[in-house]
Amino acid sequence: MKNQNFSSFLTNSKSNISDVAILMKNISKRFPNVIANDNVTFEARTGEIHALLGENGAGKTTLMNILYGMYQPDKGEIYLWGRKVKIRSPRDAIRLGIGMVHQHFKLIASLSVAENLALGLRNIGILLPVYKVKRFVENFSRKYELEIYPDAKIWQLSAGERQRVEILKALVHGARILILDEPTTVLTPLERDKLFTMLRRMRNDGCSIIFITHKLKEVFLISDRVTILRKGKVVATLDTRSTNPEELAKLMIGQALPRLNNISDTKSYERREVLRVKDLYVLNDRGLLAVKGVSFSIHSGEIFGVAGISGNGQRELAEAIVGLRAVKSGQIVIEGEDVTNFPPRKILRKGVAYIPEDRIKVGIVPDMSIEENVILRSYWQRPFSGRVFLNFSFLNEWTTKLIQEYNVMTPNTKIPVKLLSGGNMQKVILARELSLHPRLLIAVYPTYGLDVSATQYVHSLFLKHKEQGNAILIVSEDPEEILALCDRVAVMFNGSFLDIKSAKNLSVKELQLMMAGIKI
Amino acid sequence: MSELMVIPLLKVAVRASTSLIFTALGEVYAERSGILNLGLEGIMLVGAVTGFITALTTGNPWLGIVLGGLAGGLLALIHAVVSISLRGNQIISGLALTMLGIGVSGLVGRKYIGISLKHRLPVTPIPLLKDVPILGPLFFDHDLMVYFSYIASALLWFILYMTKIGIYIRAVGEDPSAADAAGVNVFLVRYACTIFGGFMAGIGGAYLSVVYIPMWIENMTAGRGWIALAIVIFALWDPLRVLACSYIFGILEALQYWLQRYGINPYLLGALPYLITIVVLSIVGASERLRRKMSAPSSLGKPYSREERSV
Amino acid sequence: MRIFNYYIKIERRSVTTPQLNALIPFVSVLISLLIAAAVFAFQGIDPLTAYKAIFIKSFGTIKGITHIISKLIPLLLCGVGLIISFRSNLSNIGAEGQIIIGALAATWIALYALPSVSPSIVIPCMFFLGFLAGGAWATIPAILRIKFNVNEVISTLMMNYIAFKITEYLIYGPWKGESTWGFPQTDLFPESVWLPMIPGTYIHYPTLVLALSAAVLSEVLISRTKLGYELRVFGLSPDAAKYAGISFLKVSVIAMFLSGGLAGLAGVGEIAGIHHRLRYPWAISSGYGYTAIIVAWLSRLNCLAAIPASFMLAGLLVGGDAIQVTLRLPVNVVYIFNGLILLCVTGGEILTKYRVRILRKVS
Repeated sequence: MKNQNFSSFLTNSKSNISDVAILMKNISKRFPNVIANDNVTFEARTGEIHALLGENGAGKTTLMNILYGMYQPDKGEIYLWGRKVKIRSPRDAIRLGIGMVHQHFKLIASLSVAENLALGLRNIGILLPVYKVKRFVENFSRKYELEIYPDAKIWQLSAGERQRVEILKALVHGARILILDEPTTVLTPLERDKLFTMLRRMRNDGCSIIFITHKLKEVFLISDRVTILRKGKVVATLDTRSTNPEELAKLMIGQALPRLNNISDTKSYERREVLRVKDLYVLNDRGLLAVKGVSFSIHSGEIFGVAGISGNGQRELAEAIVGLRAVKSGQIVIEGEDVTNFPPRKILRKGVAYIPEDRIKVGIVPDMSIEENVILRSYWQRPFSGRVFLNFSFLNEWTTKLIQEYNVMTPNTKIPVKLLSGGNMQKVILARELSLHPRLLIAVYPTYGLDVSATQYVHSLFLKHKEQGNAILIVSEDPEEILALCDRVAVMFNGSFLDIKSAKNLSVKELQLMMAGIKI
Repeated sequence: MSELMVIPLLKVAVRASTSLIFTALGEVYAERSGILNLGLEGIMLVGAVTGFITALTTGNPWLGIVLGGLAGGLLALIHAVVSISLRGNQIISGLALTMLGIGVSGLVGRKYIGISLKHRLPVTPIPLLKDVPILGPLFFDHDLMVYFSYIASALLWFILYMTKIGIYIRAVGEDPSAADAAGVNVFLVRYACTIFGGFMAGIGGAYLSVVYIPMWIENMTAGRGWIALAIVIFALWDPLRVLACSYIFGILEALQYWLQRYGINPYLLGALPYLITIVVLSIVGASERLRRKMSAPSSLGKPYSREERSV
Repeated sequence: MRIFNYYIKIERRSVTTPQLNALIPFVSVLISLLIAAAVFAFQGIDPLTAYKAIFIKSFGTIKGITHIISKLIPLLLCGVGLIISFRSNLSNIGAEGQIIIGALAATWIALYALPSVSPSIVIPCMFFLGFLAGGAWATIPAILRIKFNVNEVISTLMMNYIAFKITEYLIYGPWKGESTWGFPQTDLFPESVWLPMIPGTYIHYPTLVLALSAAVLSEVLISRTKLGYELRVFGLSPDAAKYAGISFLKVSVIAMFLSGGLAGLAGVGEIAGIHHRLRYPWAISSGYGYTAIIVAWLSRLNCLAAIPASFMLAGLLVGGDAIQVTLRLPVNVVYIFNGLILLCVTGGEILTKYRVRILRKVS
């Protein structure tokens, strides 16, 4: 298929709808610790909106990154309109008519809309590209009834506007295939409807649109067909009209782990409020609202679960509570004291421990030894150090005891912690945090990447901690895990709590539906 | 009476600044693409010695200037390989280049110290413009390279803001992964800008030894490479501002001694540009709004690699 | 890349062995010597003669060794300081200026503040104030970095120039002394406050003792104290440091203060031990501040390894002097070695992160 001149796209006639536009056959891709795509075969037609559904880590983004040339598959072939192609870089992909709108926009903030569009355009010559692109922008604005100002700088635009620029960017290159990665995460409901209207028009013009999402409602709002990925494999490809949300949820989340016994009876300690969050609003790294008006409280002897697909504001909520992220408005009260926007160490002193989502960047210092990592949150206290010096002999004893107690597989305490497996790394972090006897433990995706036995071990630790009268807030994507551990569950969706329910009579199916955005 | 003495002084300042302008313009492009080159001093010296020897042996000063530029580009290539492909620490690599340049130029130029060039670049006043009061003799009564420096500033400004090449460069400097996703060859753009930066610095150095003095003296750049770095920052990475700021530096230096009679100490005055550079950076860094508009290219000094995935 | 039936594949390493880390400096020096030999040969100089002049004159004679130790002192002091700052991920390019500021402080004490006081008070005062002054000079860029996001490479570089200009102002102005051959300089320090030297050499041993102690103490500081721990965490992972509650401002200021302070001590040593008067700034700092960067890098950021590293680089500097005399080459030739060594060490670092493998292509 020859590279389309961007102006010709707008006048293209409808093509045969049953044409197969994309065929990805037997694609496998592996990263150092994980198999992202396992023998995946995926097919999309001309003039169709095809949803790619799955949890985080299911392999959807990796698959599309392969289609877009960002990664190379270890095995497998790609055919576009029947012809076999090799896509070695995004440049190849663009030349072949594939455009991608990423979840994190790849726009250059300090350049203008027109300049971002001109970037990578082959056929507008070298001089004064901005003026040439302006005409295209105006045509597009008129056709889709949207307002885009070519000279506006990207940093001045809202999320919805930036996304429009991203889509424009793909179209300006003559994309006939458009990949959108979780596009509605950053949009208001109104912007989402505008986006969907635009996508439908593009589909009618013959575009193939691949729509990566984890939100069931949207699959039914916009897609013609849906392919479900789970743990790197294709589970099914269905006509959207012939299925329903329950079936999709089941396919997406799959079979369960054996359910642990949750000893949820209260013991003999006084029940007091450990954490209260009131009307919390928190911004994410891009300056957009991630937490939109969350309120809840946790009591001693309780495990409180925040369920939901990651990316709905859970991380920002946890970081705000622990003091790693500024609170835009709202209040956080721990043990009766208002700790809103306190620095991390002050909150730590109130008896709060944290198991971060990003183990490697935040939870540990990879190049330092296990010993030195164990004291990350307590090095300034006796007996870990004196006035000036670190007490290495005590540290050695302490760490040795900990690694035995928590069953960490390692030859000694002095090897750099980056050499440990994911599970053992997590155990070190857990050991460190729990040994501080925190009254409130905040754990964000604590069993991500761990095998079954490590996961069960972590769960038993949590239950033991709760029995001692402490409180735990656990953020998780796994409904089985949530129901096995928690007394109460809040489902976080799009920055706010969809609902807070007791875990006692909640079923996995119901939880799965809620996590996908459907209130029951 | 003494006021009239100012004009010839300023004229010398304009000529003196020309070498700075070429070097700084080249570094603007390198830094705009994200590569910090601290090796300018060494590259200028290599350009100076190469240019001088070429001009002396061939009798053609233009050939000397061009070859001086090429030598500078070659040296910058080393920095490019270490910083871009080998992802080494750019600061260290640049400093290494300065040392290498100082050493090599000293070695190669040892037999040519103090020889003066016979075939020189003539002063070519521009017919009508040179009669404009004050500005005329100041800007339009020089050798051709000075005029080239004006044209270069304007041309490079145009390329940076008004052409696709400029968009590529600025994109790579601000957000290399976004540029990569848009299909831009980040490595190529950075290599090209770094080598271009070296080429211009080589010309800046060659200008000193072939036109300005003209002779080869050891370490003749006397810190101009570092001043060029300061100018790039002071001018906030804009080619036309570089022209203006180079003249400010040059004029301050030329007027140092003249201002002494007004009680302004020349040395403290000499410290002023460096102080102002720091102040300018602090102001820009402190204000969120200014930071968006005028700060350094976001990827300056950081190596780029595409498949960086964390577990 | 494909050559015939073989692939060259570049993979990320998961482990960096300490042996590899220690190997890099040696291999770098070796490669630099080879390349420099080629450069010499190209210029019509017999490399063997040149190397004989460098190494035998400097490392092979007692006089040479004493010169080396004399030059080792500022290199080691600055080098250790730079290791502290680099390990905190702060690129201090301003050691050159911090040396000068230390020298200024010493001059002020010796000539103007305590001119006729007993040396047992003056000498410690010079070192003390030199340390404080150099440290303060380095602290300014640290604050600017944390509060205003100013890149410390640029700010420390600018501070070098400001320090130089201040010195020029002083020696041409308020501190002008009797000049020799028209070169500006201050008066000579009173002989009583000249630092004692090992007789027959230029080794001002009080500063040498300071330098060696600084190396040992700094290594202890970095690896065994609470503060050192904070510096290292901050330098390796700012995100984890924030999580650990480490104050960015405190760590940056202390690291830079120590770094500048040690350089200031070097300045005091140079001026009170060797020059005995303040003169044109470059004559005092002589590029030690920049050469110390090589010391820090060559010792792979380990303070104890800085001792042999500074010995080696001092040897090169002395060799440069020898080369000037024997072969009548400009003294700057030594910089060729410096530059090459640094390039090789920096470029070679990639081998600690990536591995080059040659695989056979299976079709």
